[in-house]
Amino acid sequence: MPDNAQRSYKVIGTRPIRHDGVDKVTGRAKYGADVMLTGLLAGAVLRSPHAHARIRSIDTSAAEALPGVRAVATARDLPDQGSRMVELGEGSVNMRHLSANVLAHDKVLYKGHAVAAVAADNIHIAQEALKLIRVDYEPLPPVMTVTEAMRAGAPLLNDDVVTQPAGNAEALAESKPSNVAKHFLFEKGNLDEGFARAKHVVEREFHLATVHQGYIEPHNATALWHADGKVSVWMSTQGSFTARQQTAELLRIPVSDVKVTPMEIGGGFGGKISVYLPPVAAILSRKTGRPVKIVMDRAAVFEATGPTPGGVIRVKLGADESGKLVAADAWLAYEAGAYPGSPVGAGCMCIFACYDIPNARVEGFDVCVNKPRTNAYRAPGSTQAAFAVETVVDEICQRLKLDPLEFRLKNASSEGTRRVDGPVFSRVGLVETLQAIGNSEHYKSPPGGPNRGRGMASGFWFNVGLKSSVTATIGCDGKVALVEGSPDIGGTRTSIAMQFAETLGIPVEDVHPAVADTDSVGYTDVTGGSRVTFSTGIAAVEAARDLERQLVSRAAELWNVPADQVCYTNGVMTAPGHKATFKELVAELHETGEPLVGRGTSGKANQAGAFATHLVDVEVDPETGKVQILRYTAAQDVGTAIHPSYVEGQIQGGVGQGIGWALNEEYWYDDRGSMRNATFLDYRLPTCYDLPMIEPILVEVPDPSHPYGVRGVGEVPICPPPAAIAIAIAQAAGVRMTELPMAPHKVMAAILAKSRPGNGQPH
Amino acid sequence: MAKKRIVSTTINGDVTEFLCEPRQTLLEVLRDTLHLTGTKEGCGNGNCGSCTISMNGRPVTSCLVLAVEAEGADLRTIEGVARGSALDEVQQAFLEEAALQCGICTPGFIMQTEALLAENPDPTEEEVRFYLAGNLCRCTGYDKIVRAVLSAARKRRMTAEAAK
Ligand code: FES
Ligand code: FES
Repeated sequence: MPDNAQRSYKVIGTRPIRHDGVDKVTGRAKYGADVMLTGLLAGAVLRSPHAHARIRSIDTSAAEALPGVRAVATARDLPDQGSRMVELGEGSVNMRHLSANVLAHDKVLYKGHAVAAVAADNIHIAQEALKLIRVDYEPLPPVMTVTEAMRAGAPLLNDDVVTQPAGNAEALAESKPSNVAKHFLFEKGNLDEGFARAKHVVEREFHLATVHQGYIEPHNATALWHADGKVSVWMSTQGSFTARQQTAELLRIPVSDVKVTPMEIGGGFGGKISVYLPPVAAILSRKTGRPVKIVMDRAAVFEATGPTPGGVIRVKLGADESGKLVAADAWLAYEAGAYPGSPVGAGCMCIFACYDIPNARVEGFDVCVNKPRTNAYRAPGSTQAAFAVETVVDEICQRLKLDPLEFRLKNASSEGTRRVDGPVFSRVGLVETLQAIGNSEHYKSPPGGPNRGRGMASGFWFNVGLKSSVTATIGCDGKVALVEGSPDIGGTRTSIAMQFAETLGIPVEDVHPAVADTDSVGYTDVTGGSRVTFSTGIAAVEAARDLERQLVSRAAELWNVPADQVCYTNGVMTAPGHKATFKELVAELHETGEPLVGRGTSGKANQAGAFATHLVDVEVDPETGKVQILRYTAAQDVGTAIHPSYVEGQIQGGVGQGIGWALNEEYWYDDRGSMRNATFLDYRLPTCYDLPMIEPILVEVPDPSHPYGVRGVGEVPICPPPAAIAIAIAQAAGVRMTELPMAPHKVMAAILAKSRPGNGQPH
Repeated sequence: MAKKRIVSTTINGDVTEFLCEPRQTLLEVLRDTLHLTGTKEGCGNGNCGSCTISMNGRPVTSCLVLAVEAEGADLRTIEGVARGSALDEVQQAFLEEAALQCGICTPGFIMQTEALLAENPDPTEEEVRFYLAGNLCRCTGYDKIVRAVLSAARKRRMTAEAAK
């Protein structure tokens, strides 16, 4: 069991250089687009120019006739899926929708929707061939916002989608096709009584833009359909096993006939779980007998992958005279994109998770619109919810003239608090993050100066457990080959190796971690849900313990003593009259018997959840509405920081993304439903010139469900920034921003509206 | 299709000739023809800096350079930064400061940093941030990258001092 009081770890908490580091700073590391194979063909994908249209016909004959073109594929080459649902690791998926997203069947549902694909001798020929494919479209009116899509009589995207109830929601009496795919309802206590007791009630409506995960590496896949019917795929993915399963199900071939090799991955943030390219590359390979590589261009990444939903959120909070929250009501509608599956359910569960509120109700809607099918993005659904609820909390504090820190401490969730959707928190560290902010240097030094303001906000994310496998082989020189199935996006090879080394009492440099393909390691769920250091960590600890047991029994045999007299601690094996270091023992055992191979799995443990509280100072330019971040401090309950530098890095990265989401990122659509800023220049991620240093405070409240107290750290840091910045803007400029992003023109408009007589902003 | 051209360059100190179509970018030729895949493509239109290399001593986004323009040029890519098997100060600092997470932006950042430090061996934080603003990183929030650059500059200055 973890003991937070000055643990005496040897490896955990140190900052070794990551094992894959040298290859990554010398350009040797192989990412998906770097795959080279004999006879490799280049693939390219034709994408819809319409946001919503029926496909009348596709004529590929001219493309096929172009010299250098080896094959053309359309949805006709994909097997029929019927209406089956398949469990794909992170929930069940309608296979017809997944298939139609990979190559459009009878309709295109967003601009950029894949329609056909070509394999050719090189990328230039493939791209020329795309221009020769004739698609006859019947354009339909695009539906671009949740408000439009939910309106009675709105154009329908999918005629096989009917509203499914979830939580306490009731099924509709008649089930006719709808753009609303799911209706969530969660309730706790008695809402009316709660609001009756409230002295102060604030209700606001928030509007959120669609944003993208913005990983720098575009999606890619290389596939080879072997003559024996087996399929090999090399790709950048957050989950090789889910990519394998999705690919196999889409092609309707046995799962084990597909082997996915996860290449190095250039960022994912949730957006590289769903497959787009592998089945298409596989079909082209089947037709040609040669390997086919497809790499998306940046416009395709924006227009056809990613985004995380925009939408509308309404929040109403009531507090009593003493500043205790007594009632909370929320209504969330998130864009699902073309097919059902927005994270609005998670948004509903997260929205009030930071607060212990006796009476609450949350209603959520998953709404199809003519945008790319939304995907997970770092704490999916929670950032939008935090923006809304934290802003209203700040307004309540302003009304009550209560210090926001005190108010939060008074109402904070802690062990035993029941979330509105049911679960009860075990040991969690929200209060500790609030205290850490209160004790920080930042908190104690006022922002000072005109047009400056400060904002504080908290956030919550579940963190998941799921399944992982690890095997470990001890070599004759006492070094260990550690094989895992979790793609390493941000240094997890090292955080896993460190837990293994700590358990076995050996130096982390003696552990050589490798991420293996799906034939070479046991089943492992996605790198997502902030689960790898937690769950794959448990598997690594189990593998180390397995090896320790083997070492003890082998030493007992070797020394001819009873096993219970053999003791292994800190890398040294002892028994009465005997002593050997790990390396000495291993060298001897190597000469005398079987190889030493350990295995470990995880799957039962679940995480307690992660909380963060952030503090930000901003300056608002009153002439332009531009917001500059002056100072940023992020306190987070990280359980136990295995490698503090990479824990800090997760926090800083999440904050950076949160700042971009807050201040400038958004999909701009014209009235034809066409994205007008599908480049990095126009979409504009934060650059290093936009950001200050980001100060992380690691609060360590060990998670009791992990042997070293690990808590996932990757996702929650993105939740508080938009809210904290909105609150800081309110203080700096006296305007309450209820729309994301808080781009200069919007902030300026709010400032101008306030200064117009009789047009004051709500306070 | 236009006729292919022969282009003669020096890449990482080696005289290198390649055959290319006029429409091919230098990035495409480096990666696909010469298999120097350390240079990455994030956008293909000059927006992200992942494809940054040095061309005649200046940093360029190689996705915006046509391969034929490299005739006679002296090119340096990420593969040519380490001295033999010894990392240089910038590479070492990126490792020590944990300045990479996924690593896809790292080659571009290292090449841009090499150019910065050649121009300005003692940059301020502000100067670092300004010079690297054309390189996007989505993972790190830049904090550790900026620290790594400052630390590499320091180390390089100390080495230069010691050599005097
Ligand atoms: S690939 Fe050249 S700048 Fe992005
Ligand atoms: S480390 Fe991933 S983009 Fe920079």
